[in-house]
Amino acid sequence: MQVTNLTDQNIDSASILSSAKGRKRTIVGVLTSNPKIAVGVGIVAFFVLTAIAAPLLTPYDPNATIVTGSLPPSAAHIFGTTGLGQDMFAQIVYGARVTILIGFTAAIGSTLLQVFFGLTSGYFGGIVGDALNLFINVFLVLPGLPLAIVLASLASANAATNNNEAVIALVLLFTTWAYGARVLRAQTLSLKERDFVAAARATGEGTLHIIFAEILPNEIALVAATFVGTFVYAVGAEVALEFLGLGNTSQASWGEILYWAQANSALIIGKWWQFVPAGLCIAFLCAGLAFINFGIDELANPRLRVERSRHRRVLPKKNKAVAP
Amino acid sequence: MRHLLRRVGFYLVALWAAVTFNFIIPRLMPGDPAEAYIAKLQGQHVTRQEMDAIRQLFGVNPNVPLWRQYLDYLNGLLHGNLGISTSQFPTSVLDVLRQSLPWTMGLVGVALIVSFISGTLVGMIIAWRRGSWYDTAIPPILTFLSAVPYFWMALALVYVFGVGLNWFPSNSGYDVFNVTPGWNSDFIVSVAQHAILPVITLVIGSLAGWVLTMRNTMLTTLSEDYVMMAQAKGLPERRVMFNYAGRNAILPSITSFSISLGLVVSGSLLTEIVFNYPGIGYALYQAVQADDYALVEGCFLVIALAVLIANFLAELVYTLLDPRVRRGGS
Repeated sequence: MQVTNLTDQNIDSASILSSAKGRKRTIVGVLTSNPKIAVGVGIVAFFVLTAIAAPLLTPYDPNATIVTGSLPPSAAHIFGTTGLGQDMFAQIVYGARVTILIGFTAAIGSTLLQVFFGLTSGYFGGIVGDALNLFINVFLVLPGLPLAIVLASLASANAATNNNEAVIALVLLFTTWAYGARVLRAQTLSLKERDFVAAARATGEGTLHIIFAEILPNEIALVAATFVGTFVYAVGAEVALEFLGLGNTSQASWGEILYWAQANSALIIGKWWQFVPAGLCIAFLCAGLAFINFGIDELANPRLRVERSRHRRVLPKKNKAVAP
Repeated sequence: MRHLLRRVGFYLVALWAAVTFNFIIPRLMPGDPAEAYIAKLQGQHVTRQEMDAIRQLFGVNPNVPLWRQYLDYLNGLLHGNLGISTSQFPTSVLDVLRQSLPWTMGLVGVALIVSFISGTLVGMIIAWRRGSWYDTAIPPILTFLSAVPYFWMALALVYVFGVGLNWFPSNSGYDVFNVTPGWNSDFIVSVAQHAILPVITLVIGSLAGWVLTMRNTMLTTLSEDYVMMAQAKGLPERRVMFNYAGRNAILPSITSFSISLGLVVSGSLLTEIVFNYPGIGYALYQAVQADDYALVEGCFLVIALAVLIANFLAELVYTLLDPRVRRGGS
């Protein structure tokens, strides 16, 4: 919807639309115009649907002990069972809910912070802009995961907080926003010099209106890209925090599965099914999201696209054709 | 020179922010962190000294004003006083960190150098041969590998090469039973052997970033006129690739150093846990498990300090490589 409202003032969005030429200028058209985006969206959609349809996919309660001990995969339990005798497949499909929801929540919140800090620091010059920029750069240079571990371990040591999922989402939100903010700031710095901003200023629009109603819609493609990037990072960091035992260890999620696999020394005794499915799911989900981002990159930067005819003219594949 | 001073100023501000986070975070939490913490230790044997250490650590003395607590805290830090580790009582946090830091720095340093050199080379080559089968195949494979969580990659390597094939040791930083730490060849060989799998884990995880950054900037550089000119002059292919295109494409890789450093350090923390590698990450893990908050904070501070210093060094290199920055970024 917002994509179709874009004008050609923005290079990124304009080239995304032009690359979808010949198809309908809709989100679907953009999504299918690039194979990487199509594959990425397919993978992510698969996991989201799995998470939603979890009760339909398995008859088991992920947290219920069904058998004694950890059984290898069989027809009844296709991914085997955990050390506590829970069905691993049920843990994976229900765990997808926790992992995706926490990652998504953190990424949404983080994107809001990115938009706020990126656009304001880029738009305002002088001391305000410098101060906001300093703030972004300080957060950028501080190591995110260790900071997240400090926050999460203190929050979980505190008896007042029992809702670990919310704590982890909040912690990730505050430790992931800086990179996207810097990207958006750079784009805002260039956009604010454009004529349409000067025109809005001349017609007496308020500063907030200019930043969020004039400049922001022209950066939507970039915001989408940083959102996807944050999502990838948030899923990885969330799984890592849970792996460290900072999540809710009694509820099934992909990080918890790996936490228990490590705690039970599953791999030293050869119980590969306790950690292979969860790890592969994380890898596929993150790779799917990463593909979406590379696709957006290719749409935004025509030089990255493989266009063989143009390529041959500029840079002959066989160097001998040019070299005497 | 002015540029350099500004950057030094920036890193001092960042360091101050890290230190101040450490001070503020426990005080922002709802309730009384020290009491909640002590309550959580119930069932364990907590001595009076430990209780005092905990109270002092959280600084929850209502009689002392906040600014005074802050000054005391900064003063303590300047004297290297990071508190007492409650899980390894009565070892000081500083001593624990002093033992762990060299292990992590070695691991991260070697992994960074290996992945930077190999990743940049691969990126250069696949951009040069764009459209070939390996340009089509390598980026998606690397993307997938980098999407695998570090600790899971570590688990898989331990399972296959450590437990299954028994090619490499996969536990601890050296053979604790047969060699004595020190400058003897047995110890050094043992350390190198034990570092192989963790380093491979980190390299696999961080390779994709270098390859893709290099490939993308290289593609942009390749369409520049001077590259065409170099080819038109009939310079050898290798020379055009490395000295003309590659050399000019490498700057963004160095700019992205700070981000990849952060990722490798985070990855190292998790990798160490899987390998029981005696570095900062393992210390942090044990501290988290035992609710040893002084040690958790100490680990964060030392990691932040190391990352800031490494970033500063990367910027120095960047300044040397790019004359535009030296002249004041006009």
